[in-house]
Amino acid sequence: MAYQFDFAPVFENADLLLQGAAATLGLTAAGAVPGIALGIAGAICRAWRIQPFAALFGVYVEAIRNTPFLVQLFFIFFGLPSLGVKLSGWEASILAMVINLGAYSTEIVRAGIEATPRGQLEAAASLALSRAQTFLYVVLRPALARVWPALVSQVIIVMLGSAVCSQIAAEELTFAANFIQSRNFRAFETFFVATAAYFVLALLVRQALMRFGQRVVVGRPR
Amino acid sequence: MSLVNIAGLHKHFGTNHVLKGIDLAVEEGDVIALIGRSGSGKSTLLRTINGLESIDKGELVVDGTAVHDGKGDLRALRQKVGMVFQQFNLFPHLTAGQNVMLAPTVVKKTAKREAEDIAKEVLLKVGLSDKFDSYPDQLSGGQQQRVAIARALAMRPKVLLCDEITSALDPELVNEVLAVVQQLAAEGMTLIMVTHEMRFARDVGNKLIFIHHGRIHESGDPKTILTNPETPELANFTRAVM
Repeated sequence: MAYQFDFAPVFENADLLLQGAAATLGLTAAGAVPGIALGIAGAICRAWRIQPFAALFGVYVEAIRNTPFLVQLFFIFFGLPSLGVKLSGWEASILAMVINLGAYSTEIVRAGIEATPRGQLEAAASLALSRAQTFLYVVLRPALARVWPALVSQVIIVMLGSAVCSQIAAEELTFAANFIQSRNFRAFETFFVATAAYFVLALLVRQALMRFGQRVVVGRPR
Repeated sequence: MSLVNIAGLHKHFGTNHVLKGIDLAVEEGDVIALIGRSGSGKSTLLRTINGLESIDKGELVVDGTAVHDGKGDLRALRQKVGMVFQQFNLFPHLTAGQNVMLAPTVVKKTAKREAEDIAKEVLLKVGLSDKFDSYPDQLSGGQQQRVAIARALAMRPKVLLCDEITSALDPELVNEVLAVVQQLAAEGMTLIMVTHEMRFARDVGNKLIFIHHGRIHESGDPKTILTNPETPELANFTRAVM
C-alpha cells in the first residue's frame, strides 16, 4: 500500500516549530552581530598589518576555515569543560557561531578594505586625517558597502549551519523537528515542513539584511 | 622667508633617481605652473610638498613647518597645504557638503554648525551652493572637481597644490574648473599646479618651472620663457604641446 501523507500530526506541534524557528533567528542574531564586529576588527588588523594581531588573526582564520563547524561546536561544548569552562547548549552554540562567522567575515571585510582606491587614502591624507580617522570616516563604510552582499550570504550560511546546534541540545528549529518526528514517526512530513521553514527564514533574513545594508551601510535608499 | 622653501631635495623610487636636487622658493600669492614631460618628476615634486611622497634627502619648509630628510610632522604640514587631484577623489558615500565638512570637524574639531557655514561659503565660492546635498555620482566631472577644490579650501590652506586637475575632464568642462582656479589666484591664493594647460599657465601663472630629468631645467616669467625659451629642451617641449 502506498504511503499516506499526513501533515496534521506536524501542525499539531506548530507551536514547537515556531519556538524552534524563533530560537534559530535568535541564535543567528546573537552570533551575527558580534561575529561581524570580530570580523571588522580582524580585517583592520590584517589589512593594515597591525602586529602581533595580524598574525594571530591569520592563524585563527585558517584554523576555523579549515575545520568543520560541528567539530568546532563539539570542541567548545564537550572539550572546554576539561579546562573548567562549562557552557550551556545555547552559550556554546552562540560562541561557536561568533567564532565561525568572525573568521569568514574577517576575510570578506578585508577584501572590501583592500579594494579601497588609493586616491581615497591620498585624499584623506592630504586633508590631514590620521590613520584611524581615515579608516573610520573614509574607508570603513564604502568597504562594508562593497562586501555587504557577501557578508549577508555568510550570515545565512551560519544560520543554516546552526541546525547542527541541535546536536548539543540547543532547542532550535532542527531540534524541534527531530523531537516532533520522534513522537509521531512522520519523518517525511516533519522534515519537509522544517526544510520549508528554513527556506522561508533564509529568504526573509536575506531580504531584511539587504534592506538594512542599503539604508544604513550604503546610507542611501535606492 | 618664503612661504614654501625647498632645498636640495632628492627622491628615489628604488634605483630610479626621480628628483635630483630641487631648490625652490615660493612666495605668498605666487601662482606657479610646473610643466615637463611625463616621467620628468613634476608630479612627484608636487606630492612631496604635502608629504604624499617622502623625501630621501633635503629640506622642505612650509610656513615654518619643516620636513628634513623625510622626518617631520606630516599632519601639521598637511593642514597648511591643500591638494586637488586629477581624479577628484571625492568620498563617494558622503554628500558634497559632508565631503567639505569632514576634515574641519574631524581634524580641526570645528563645531558642526561652524563647519557647515564654512562648507556653504566654500561651495558658494566654487559656484555650487545648490549642490550641498548631492552625492558625487550625481555631479558632473567639473562639478566634482570644484567640490574637491572647496574641500581643500575648507581647511584654510596656505598653499594649494593642483595635480593635473583638468586632465580627467571632458573638454567642455575644463573651463569651469580653470575659472575657479583663476578666481583663487586673483584673490591671492598661493597655487602650485602641475598642468598641461599651457595657455592657462601663461595667462594666470606668474612663474613657470620646467622640470626635465628630475631637475629644474628652466624657470621664469611664463610669457617670457614660453615665447623665448633659453634651452632647446623647453623649446622642444613647448613645440610639442602648444
